[in-house]
Amino acid sequence: MPAEQLERRPTRWIVIHPLLVRLTHWVNAVAIVCMVMSGWGIYNASPLFGFRFPPWATLGGWLGGAIAWHLATLWLLVGNAMVYLVYGLMSGHFVRSFLPLTPGGIWRDLVRAMSLRLSHPPGTYNAVQRLTYVGVLLLGAMAVLSGLALWKPVQLQTLAALLGGYEVARRIHFLAMAGIVGFVGLHLLMVTLVPRSLWGMLIGRARVPLADPKGLR
Amino acid sequence: MTRRRSIVDLSGAGRIGISRANHAPQLEQVQRRLFLRGAFSLGALGLLTGCDLQDGDAIDRVLWAMSRFNDRVQAWMFDPKRLAPTYPASAITKPFPFNAFYPEDSVPDIDGASWHLEVSGLVQDRSPWTLQRLRSLPQQAQITRHICIEGWSAIGQWSGVPFRDFLVRVGADTRARYVGFKCADRYYTSLDMATALHPQTILALDYGDQPLPPEYGFPLKLRVPTKLGFKNPKHIAALFVTNDYPGGYWEDQGYNWFSGS
Repeated sequence: MPAEQLERRPTRWIVIHPLLVRLTHWVNAVAIVCMVMSGWGIYNASPLFGFRFPPWATLGGWLGGAIAWHLATLWLLVGNAMVYLVYGLMSGHFVRSFLPLTPGGIWRDLVRAMSLRLSHPPGTYNAVQRLTYVGVLLLGAMAVLSGLALWKPVQLQTLAALLGGYEVARRIHFLAMAGIVGFVGLHLLMVTLVPRSLWGMLIGRARVPLADPKGLR
Repeated sequence: MTRRRSIVDLSGAGRIGISRANHAPQLEQVQRRLFLRGAFSLGALGLLTGCDLQDGDAIDRVLWAMSRFNDRVQAWMFDPKRLAPTYPASAITKPFPFNAFYPEDSVPDIDGASWHLEVSGLVQDRSPWTLQRLRSLPQQAQITRHICIEGWSAIGQWSGVPFRDFLVRVGADTRARYVGFKCADRYYTSLDMATALHPQTILALDYGDQPLPPEYGFPLKLRVPTKLGFKNPKHIAALFVTNDYPGGYWEDQGYNWFSGS
């Protein structure tokens, strides 16, 4: 909706991101950056594939430093994720924000997104957003589980075996990282295309037309 | 232990200084207790703290404290009865990788006939051990996965004296906190007592069917399948039981001390 129209019509503020979601989002952002950069530093000590990450993109300076960062930030990441998951499940935030998630809805919104006709109303997620947000949560769970298997392949050997053993868990951990980094790239691209969404994640509120109680089309 | 790792003149204490070869040429000189300085030259710092941290001591201390916290978490997670997975002989990695803080041509040349193991600290019997005497004790074999802190892993076969039996035989105070090791290549490390007493922790004399070759730690290596590779000292010359934290070659530079698997 063009800004001049919005100004003429009566509007009101709605909460689009509750405080706890905003808080955990930004803590998670810091934790993910630290985990990925220190993880790249660890990867560089013994590359699984035929490349290394550039040193400027790693954290810790050397393997011991990278591991120290990785295993310290791990607690921030997991503790923060626990707060978010408990809140999301208990408050109904997950159900409200991520459901329903149907193949038909995803297809419809994917076609709209590809033809740049997908609207991005404040306070509600379209099906493509829901899919990517649920997807990155699952990738995060995969990264944590495979990371635990790598950290404790003897004490948590059942988990390691379920993932296919230590060497398979290494690859799963890498792929989960790659998926998360891919998500972050897409996420940042979308924020540059719809800058007001950044504002929404900071102040948690958006102005919508009074006539439209949920901010929907 | 680390493969192709570059080190590092530690304050001129007579340590071997090796030019960083092909492994991580971008690394800055690592100094004891300052191991995270490198982190603060990175562009990430502004993102992480947003303030002008010229020296890294504050974050350094937090990371060291977190590493000590992780030691306690791992000690709590450690189940003294849980065995590391074992593998069939067909799974053994060939060739098993050489790994040390120096290149392969610097492996110490040790005369097995004159070698002996010194035992000290909180033990009743401090008499030294010859190879022959160690071989006269009951032996145990294992095929287990060696996991390096760098991330790679390899499966090998070691056999030797169960370390618990050895500690009992020398009358070690098994309520003490640590067992420390000093090696002929100036490496040193230490274990928590619970891990030292684990049924798969062995004083390895053989690799495969043969006495340990020099590159795998002749004449004596501690095989600890519940720890990362760098907690498996090679070329052991002396061991001691103590309640005073003995640290380790890598641990003192910043590798996590417990480093359990």
